[in-house]
Amino acid sequence: MLGTALTLNDLLFLGRGALVTIAVTVIAVLGGTLLGVAFGVLRAHANRWLLLPLVFLLDVFRSVPLLIQLILGNAFQAVAGWGWSPFATSCVILSLYTSAYATEIVRGAIEAVPQTTRRAARSLGLTWRQDMASIVFPMGLRVALPSWIGLTLGVMKDSALVLWLGIIELLRASQILITRLQEPLFILTVAGAIYFALSFPIARLGARLERRWREDD
Amino acid sequence: MIEIEGVRKSFGALDVLRGVDLGVAKGEVVSVIGGSGSGKSTLLTCINGLEPIQAGRIAVDGTEVHARGTDLNRLRRKVGIVFQQWNAFPHLTVLENVTLAPRKVLGLSRAEAEAEAIRQLTHVGLADKLSVYPSRLSGGQQQRMAIARALAMQPSVMLFDEVTSALDPQLVGEVLDTLKLLASEGMTMICVTHEMAFARDVSHRVAFFHQGVIAEIGPPEQIFGAPANPETRKFLSNVR
Repeated sequence: MLGTALTLNDLLFLGRGALVTIAVTVIAVLGGTLLGVAFGVLRAHANRWLLLPLVFLLDVFRSVPLLIQLILGNAFQAVAGWGWSPFATSCVILSLYTSAYATEIVRGAIEAVPQTTRRAARSLGLTWRQDMASIVFPMGLRVALPSWIGLTLGVMKDSALVLWLGIIELLRASQILITRLQEPLFILTVAGAIYFALSFPIARLGARLERRWREDD
Repeated sequence: MIEIEGVRKSFGALDVLRGVDLGVAKGEVVSVIGGSGSGKSTLLTCINGLEPIQAGRIAVDGTEVHARGTDLNRLRRKVGIVFQQWNAFPHLTVLENVTLAPRKVLGLSRAEAEAEAIRQLTHVGLADKLSVYPSRLSGGQQQRMAIARALAMQPSVMLFDEVTSALDPQLVGEVLDTLKLLASEGMTMICVTHEMAFARDVSHRVAFFHQGVIAEIGPPEQIFGAPANPETRKFLSNVR
């Protein structure tokens, strides 16, 4: 195949690695976004002194390199005797890491909705919840989307670090093939192309939604 | 319809309202005039409970606005308010802007809410803009949409907070015409305004606000023709 020793089986092996990358990313982005929405709503509304512990914790997750978080988190769950699989551990740590960024995105989006608009909604008799659901979230979504797409793409690439817990995702799979076949440039090109193929649709989807919303308003 | 007695309101050390008394009868139109920072707009946000007060009482149609246990969301169905900034919901069409609260708050079906919204939008002259997004409307059209949005809740009182101040001069007329129409239909209204001609022509009574109190109140002929208070005279000579 193209003058390389890479076989169809090896490609399938890379494909399985890509599936693991997708699984870790989807779970981390889903979990991180749900947590981020909850924390972001708190951040935008609750008393800042009450939130100090949460803010500090999220700052830690944003500041400490992900690799260190993964290794420490894995050691911690082992010491605590939780017996989590490397995959579960990776998903939990990555979700928390994602939530730290998502929180700031959500907070910024909520604060971008003008107070006067919310006041108008409340003066029509809408409750706080109805205001959040009908006005703040739809308006904030348009603000948050570009950053959220960026975060998702970033998490997909950062998820490669879970290989340090022994998980064979896309990058680890390509390393294994490189060790065996000694064709680093070609194999890394293939792996890079797969990463691109995974990211590109997400980026396009984001651009498309943005365009449609701009046409709306 | 509206009873305001001895209302005091401060933001921190700043006393904005310093004992305001005002009664508005059903179907009455009261215009509130006065300099910037005299507390006119604050009074309106107190009437529908958006702002707490420090002393006094406000009752709307028998409901004590600031009493513990008053359901403000229920009260606000009766009190429509339109602000200087029209605050359109930019992600909703004109029709959706107007049907949102009736559907969510009053629990109307989509068909019922749309029928009422179309009636109100026709009323303010926007029947041809139903599926348009607010960003495609002029300021005057957006303000008229905001008025229709408040009217769709079938309020018994309407409060207008300098609704023409942020508009280009050539758009002021269309919004004032809408207000005049409402007044002629017997809506109970309090209009905070800088449009003296409007206050003179439309209102039953005009209240002059000065330093957090109503310095003078009376029929427009009195306020504009023979003001008793020297501050009223000073203010009117400056705005003319």
